[in-house]
Amino acid sequence: MSVLHFIIILPFIFALICPFLYKIKPRLHTGWFVIPVPIVIFGYFLGCMPELQKGEALTAEVPWIPSLGINITLYVDGLSLLFALLISGIGALVVLYSIFYLNKTKEALGQFYFYLLLFMGAMLGVVLSDNLIVLYGFWELTSISSFLLIAFWHQKKKSLYGALKSMLITVFGGLAMLSGFVLIYIMTDTFSIRTIVSNVDRIADHSLFVPAMLLVLLGAFTKSAQFPFHIWLPDAMEAPTPVSAYLHSATMVKAGLYLVARLSPVFAGEAGWFWLVSTSGILTLIYGSYRALKQTDLKSMLAFSTISQLGLIMSLLGLGSAAAIYSGTDEALFYVKATMAGIFHLINHAIFKGALFMVVGIIDHETGTRNIRKLGGLMSVMPVTFSIALIGTFSMAGLPPFNGFLSKEMFFTAVLNIMEMDVLHMQFIGIIFPIIAWIASIFTFIYSMLLLFRTFTGEKKFEQLAKKPHEAPLGMLLSPVVLASLAVVFGLFPNLLSYTLIAPAMAAIHPTMLLPGQQFDVAIHFWHGWTPEIFMTIGVVAMGTLFYMLHERLKVLNQPLFTTVSLNRSYDGGLKLLDKGAKGLTNRYMTGSNRHYLIYIFIFLIVSISITMSNSANIRFDFTEFAPMSVYEAVIIGALIVSVIAVPFARSRMMAIIWTGSAGYMVTLFFVIFRAPDLALTQMIVETVSVALFLLCFYHLPKLKKELVSLRFKLLNLIVSLGVGVTMTLLALSASSERSFESISDFFIKESYNMAGGKNIVNVILVDFRGFDTLLEITVLGIASYGIYALIRLKLEPEDTSVASGFWESGSKLPVNGARSNDVILKTIAKLVIFIILTFSLFLFFSGHNEPGGGFIGGLMTAAAFVLLAMAFGMKTIREVIPIDFRKVSAVGILVALLTGIGSFLYDVPFLSHTFGYQNLPLLGHSELATAMLFDLGVYLTVIGITMTIILTIGRDK
Amino acid sequence: MELYMSLAIGVLFTVGVYLLLSKSLLRIILGTSILTHGVHLLLLTMSRLKTGAAPLLGEKAASYVDPLPQALILTSIVISFGVTSFFFVLAYKAYQKLGTDDMEQLRGERDE
Repeated sequence: MSVLHFIIILPFIFALICPFLYKIKPRLHTGWFVIPVPIVIFGYFLGCMPELQKGEALTAEVPWIPSLGINITLYVDGLSLLFALLISGIGALVVLYSIFYLNKTKEALGQFYFYLLLFMGAMLGVVLSDNLIVLYGFWELTSISSFLLIAFWHQKKKSLYGALKSMLITVFGGLAMLSGFVLIYIMTDTFSIRTIVSNVDRIADHSLFVPAMLLVLLGAFTKSAQFPFHIWLPDAMEAPTPVSAYLHSATMVKAGLYLVARLSPVFAGEAGWFWLVSTSGILTLIYGSYRALKQTDLKSMLAFSTISQLGLIMSLLGLGSAAAIYSGTDEALFYVKATMAGIFHLINHAIFKGALFMVVGIIDHETGTRNIRKLGGLMSVMPVTFSIALIGTFSMAGLPPFNGFLSKEMFFTAVLNIMEMDVLHMQFIGIIFPIIAWIASIFTFIYSMLLLFRTFTGEKKFEQLAKKPHEAPLGMLLSPVVLASLAVVFGLFPNLLSYTLIAPAMAAIHPTMLLPGQQFDVAIHFWHGWTPEIFMTIGVVAMGTLFYMLHERLKVLNQPLFTTVSLNRSYDGGLKLLDKGAKGLTNRYMTGSNRHYLIYIFIFLIVSISITMSNSANIRFDFTEFAPMSVYEAVIIGALIVSVIAVPFARSRMMAIIWTGSAGYMVTLFFVIFRAPDLALTQMIVETVSVALFLLCFYHLPKLKKELVSLRFKLLNLIVSLGVGVTMTLLALSASSERSFESISDFFIKESYNMAGGKNIVNVILVDFRGFDTLLEITVLGIASYGIYALIRLKLEPEDTSVASGFWESGSKLPVNGARSNDVILKTIAKLVIFIILTFSLFLFFSGHNEPGGGFIGGLMTAAAFVLLAMAFGMKTIREVIPIDFRKVSAVGILVALLTGIGSFLYDVPFLSHTFGYQNLPLLGHSELATAMLFDLGVYLTVIGITMTIILTIGRDK
Repeated sequence: MELYMSLAIGVLFTVGVYLLLSKSLLRIILGTSILTHGVHLLLLTMSRLKTGAAPLLGEKAASYVDPLPQALILTSIVISFGVTSFFFVLAYKAYQKLGTDDMEQLRGERDE
């Protein structure tokens, strides 16, 4: 853990405590607790700046999954620093703004700041991770936090729609990007970006190089809202305005740009990279600016404007990659200018767009509407807001002396430079870039002016507004004022940024371009003389002003152009189709019929086992070492087969149950033959208790009807079941013929007495070696018994406990075929036998560690005694004689077992470690005491409790 | 012995699966019971039969049968008892409330 790691974790820590802060101190706006976080982070990264300026990078590593090459490696170079400062700096301003924007009594602030900090941490993670997989994780986390923030006002349907849309599109891109990363890993054997960049020569000719590039770009384009994936961004405007300012204009949407810049050193030499990045960028630029013209909602206008500006930066990054094509020559430095313009504009855009979003938020907040048609004349009542808006829009339109002017000029330089390229056919088509750039700039100019003048000048329509407009409170103006001042400062003194932020970032994007000691020439000049760029700007202003005047009259500027074909409509339609298709497909096999599901499972079982067996070289059938069989055993096998086959043919319930029971007793006999005394005992008791259970449920169950089913139904069942039977026979034969690997049983046989002090190996495995399994098992049993209890209690009519008399309730009235059981004999014998059974069960329990027996068997035996009591004397007697709540007994049992396990922590050994020793006890003499006994006591109690709960609840039911 | 046991296991599995696939809930429950028996015997048979004395060290025998499947089966017996009882109660409660034990009639409504 380094300071760097701590910086990333800091927002997450605060995110976790935010909801509590909100609850503890509802009077104070939660934002005040949050705001130190971005300020501290911003300060930290400012402190890093001098070091990075010297070309040194910060790194810190914490191993995560080293075997897969996944480590949380943080790496700060110029590019990361730039983004980290943006994230924390804008973050601090946005939090400050939100304190005044969000009402502390009406909004769920705890949640809001939780999501916001989650985003902040994730976004920092994206820009600081050197490991691609870690980067991907943070990347998706930004998508998720964006989803949560867009849906913050989740009562609104449009919020949910927008949230889902953004999630689907960005996560789709994220997954594509992940597969791109995997391809990169296949090529380079590493996830570390630095290592990939330094080995880039080796992978450029790899066949996976282009697919990897396309997939990575898909991730970047969806995140940065490039055409045609931009459709989520306008709908994301349903988020509270601070969120739009932060995520959807300044930071998250720039993650795609970051990714392109970060991986530029890897892919930039590829012609496809140059083409895709620059053309999709320039197309997005013109499309976004054109669509922004037509919006009447201020936020939608800013959304499309953001799309177009993102396109601008994207195209600059693409054009900058031309430098890699000319790598090693002086011309490379000529094209690097595009990258410089891109980085500079990225900063400028964050500043002026952030300010504009906050302005729109203020307008929305103070007037109650964002509709440009309802607004006008606000200048007189909101002078400060107007000034901020003026700086923001002029900067966006590229007018001097604001920062946007400088980067717009540099953008023009870059697109003009591109015409000089003599490869990739640019000498013929290069001219298209300046033309599109120029037209898009005109559009940008027009909507910037519309935004400013339609809102703040013109006729006042205050009577149409929901609120009487007035200037925003000071706190709300603070953040946009800071941003607007920055727009002016960076416009007048651009070189404040050039060597501190821009040059180090460029060095990260073009690592091989510079010789040691060399530096990019990034000095930004205000005036270059009468260059083509300045004429282009003058043209933009002239044409822009003209079209602004004509705006009302020109349909092409203010009406939707394509009404029939719309990307949004195809998204909606596609989603609906997908939904329907998925539902249709699922309904085809998810029929709701239990039988169908079972058939799938069994067919899968048959197929998978047969394939595995036929592919295994080790499988053979060797009958030579098989054990001999006596006549007696043959008879049992015959009886087992006959009773089992009789079950499906049984005519009545009773017969079916009896045949099943008889099969169970045959299995018990097998356990005896195969030297498994514990099993035989358990199976016998379970079978007996089960019969009691069957009889209890008997009268509740429906009569066994002859099933009227088609032959096809029966035939399919028969085929499937025969298939399973044959597969299992083969499996049993092959498994007993050959051991593919050494069994662990020998360990148990050898160590049972040495390590656990028990001679009954089966019991030792249960309570000691595999005690954890047993603990979970009794828990499952407990759940089953509570399930039964709940099912029985589940009654629609109110329960009347006073007359709750089951048919066992008032004594033994078991009417079997009309006859009654002989009470006297049963009762007399039961009185005697019960004590014998109980004593025997205690014996079984105590001897369990060394002889057959143990908690399970003892518990079942005790329960059997109680069942006998119930059969002879009725449930009432049981409750009178043993006034215990058996549900509590099972709970206590589980608790005892659990505490035995936890007890081992006191001795600093792993959970459920047992120990044993020998003590001289009064009466019993020299005896062994083991903690395993205590655990077994837990099992014993649980089994009694559970069995009795089951029997008693069922018996009590009417 | 293993050969005949394997055949018996096949029969147990066949009948168990056949019952599971039928419509009546009662048959399905009995099917699970028989299937469980089949699994138990399969586990035992897989580790070879009659290879020594019962796995009690007090016997002081030269070799013991494999204790591991026995531990597994013991767990399974008790669990299947719990599951079977739960099944039974579920079946008769469903029958009480819904008036049928036919799986085809109990099957869920289709979506939409």
